[in-house]
Amino acid sequence: MTKLLQWLLGVSLVLTAWALVSFDLLELSLPPAYREMAWPMPLYLLVSFGCYSLATVGYRVATFNDCVDAAKELQVQIKEAKADLRKKGLKM
Amino acid sequence: MHTPANPVCLVLCEHEADQRREDKYSVLLPTYNERENLPLIVWLLVKYFNESGYNYEIIIIDDGSPDGTLEVAEQLQKIYGSNKILLRPREKKLGLGTAYIHGMKHASGNFVIIMDADLSHHPKFIPEFIEKQKEGDYDLVSGTRYRGNGGVYGWDLRRKLISRGANFLSQVLLRPGASDLTGSFRLYKKHVLESLVERCVSKGYVFQMEMIVRARQLNYTVGEVPISFVDRVYGESKLGGNEIVSFVKGLLTLFATT
Ligand SMILES: Nc1nc2c(ncn2[C@@H]2O[C@H](COP(=O)(O)OP(=O)(O)O)[C@@H](O)[C@H]2O)c(=O)[nH]1
Ligand SMILES: [Mg+2]
Repeated sequence: MTKLLQWLLGVSLVLTAWALVSFDLLELSLPPAYREMAWPMPLYLLVSFGCYSLATVGYRVATFNDCVDAAKELQVQIKEAKADLRKKGLKM
Repeated sequence: MHTPANPVCLVLCEHEADQRREDKYSVLLPTYNERENLPLIVWLLVKYFNESGYNYEIIIIDDGSPDGTLEVAEQLQKIYGSNKILLRPREKKLGLGTAYIHGMKHASGNFVIIMDADLSHHPKFIPEFIEKQKEGDYDLVSGTRYRGNGGVYGWDLRRKLISRGANFLSQVLLRPGASDLTGSFRLYKKHVLESLVERCVSKGYVFQMEMIVRARQLNYTVGEVPISFVDRVYGESKLGGNEIVSFVKGLLTLFATT
């Protein structure tokens, strides 16, 4: 099953459950409080997922390592390499 | 475990030692206008392979670089020997994906390491890749900029944001089980690489992403090693222009087809 199908399946499952409760499709005569709570659920889910995404990406950008030492080490090694290669007869 | 008195262990341990002796790592270096970088990356590769003692070869796939990369490569071959440095040039610039396929055909190792020749991938991580591979007998070990001590150097906020955003989106949509999808510093068992390359159709960054997604699909095991990615010092990047557009297109294609 492709990832697209998995997503469609997941979303339709959630939407079905939501419709069952908020429109009382099975006529379970659920208390109105349940229906009122379920009704705006998809929007809540969407908004919280959006917030989660923004927070996660923001946090990861802020904590993205700057490898200053690696860059310095590389500079030193470049000098070393050039000197050694010249000695070995490389024309650069 | 190494008590020689135990005959079973004696055989097993000997077998293990044989295996280690036979393991060979073929490094594929695709180059296009890397005259300045190539000698440096080769020097570093030789240094770290000599220090760690693993058996290796370096395969340089140059696509007719107008800056004379091939001449430098020939000089390097003279210095380090034609059993260590193999030149497999092509006439003209045919792209990175096919460069790997071309190089792989000439690889004599049972493991293949793929990396950029622009010094953004440091050879010091290769022994770590190899140890990681042995640790879990992984089919593939991928370098990752996004975990542990991994990171980048020389990126501004905008680039970090795009990179993290694109990575998050791909993680959500594809759930690939690897943290760095677009990185191209990886070690593969040779037969695994062959079977993956056969199936992959994308180009550019998406090619790397497709490789790891398909690996997941085929139930190959993936190990990860944090790496520091230092932006190229010499020369310029060849992937560019509408990178983001082609990335999103590729991502959606993989989303719908894998
Ligand atoms: N043989 C070959 N190598 C290439 C080609 N395009 C890029 N490369 C090499 O692939 C590596 C990665 O390319 P680079 O331009 O640094 O891409 P970036 O790091 O993603 O911006 C470098 O070693 C390049 O020299 C190509 O068409 N053919
Ligand atoms: Mg690069």
